[in-house]
Amino acid sequence: MSLELFLLLAAALFSVGLFGALTQQSIVMLMMGLELMLGGVILAAAAAWHYIAPAAAEGQVLIVVAVTAMALEMAIGFAVVTALFRSREIDMTDMAAELKE
Amino acid sequence: MDVAVFWVLAVLAVVCGVMVFRFDSMARATFSLLASLLCVGGLVVLLGLDYLGIVIVLMMTIEMAIMAVFMVMYMMNPAGLMPMTMIHNKKGAAVVCGLVFALLAAGILLAPWPARRGKAPADPTMDLGMSLMGPQMLTMMTLGMALFATIVATVVLATRRGRYDRFGDDLRARRADDPVRGGVGR
Repeated sequence: MSLELFLLLAAALFSVGLFGALTQQSIVMLMMGLELMLGGVILAAAAAWHYIAPAAAEGQVLIVVAVTAMALEMAIGFAVVTALFRSREIDMTDMAAELKE
Repeated sequence: MDVAVFWVLAVLAVVCGVMVFRFDSMARATFSLLASLLCVGGLVVLLGLDYLGIVIVLMMTIEMAIMAVFMVMYMMNPAGLMPMTMIHNKKGAAVVCGLVFALLAAGILLAPWPARRGKAPADPTMDLGMSLMGPQMLTMMTLGMALFATIVATVVLATRRGRYDRFGDDLRARRADDPVRGGVGR
């Protein structure tokens, strides 16, 4: 095992998540893509901590930040979906296009 | 042994990640994502971060269970009884993602990564705790404020009746129009 292997795996997870975030029409599925992308970021941060600077705690702090971002993204995402669904019965990104206006 | 565990978890993580967007069933997609993120947690444990790895495993298990509930609530086909596709611009996205992966892989393989500096502490969890309560206290406080703001924002977004419902479109009503009066003496 090496840093490069872990980073390549993280890049693969990030790319698969990006594919989901770009292609999915369902807002909940889009959020799944974002979760997968953040999973890649977490793995990359853990590998960087282990292989580059294991003595520095900042690498672990970065993982805590990414894990918190995952939780916040899901909570706010579901709250927005709930508000959208309640007002317009929308659960698809294409139907919510008027939000960008 | 570690190498075998790495390859098993790595292959499972990517395969389950891909299957998230291949399954017709939303419930299966949720559990596939859970499997992928559990593998990420396992890999973090493999890297020596036991506490953070377990936190990721526990958090993802609960998060995906909640996500499955929302799937059933909002999706037209939660059990996957009918095949369906809800995607757009698949080819364009595939090209973009292929390019992103190629770019990242090139950077990973070509960058001169620094040599390992320092030794891992005997107890990385203690190290993290001391850092968050010491030099990284500002980060901890920022995360705390972000979590608090999220709690407020989610409650506001999820509330059925807003201030315009209660005080009118111009917010000039003297009394809130609530179905049940609140406060002292109701």
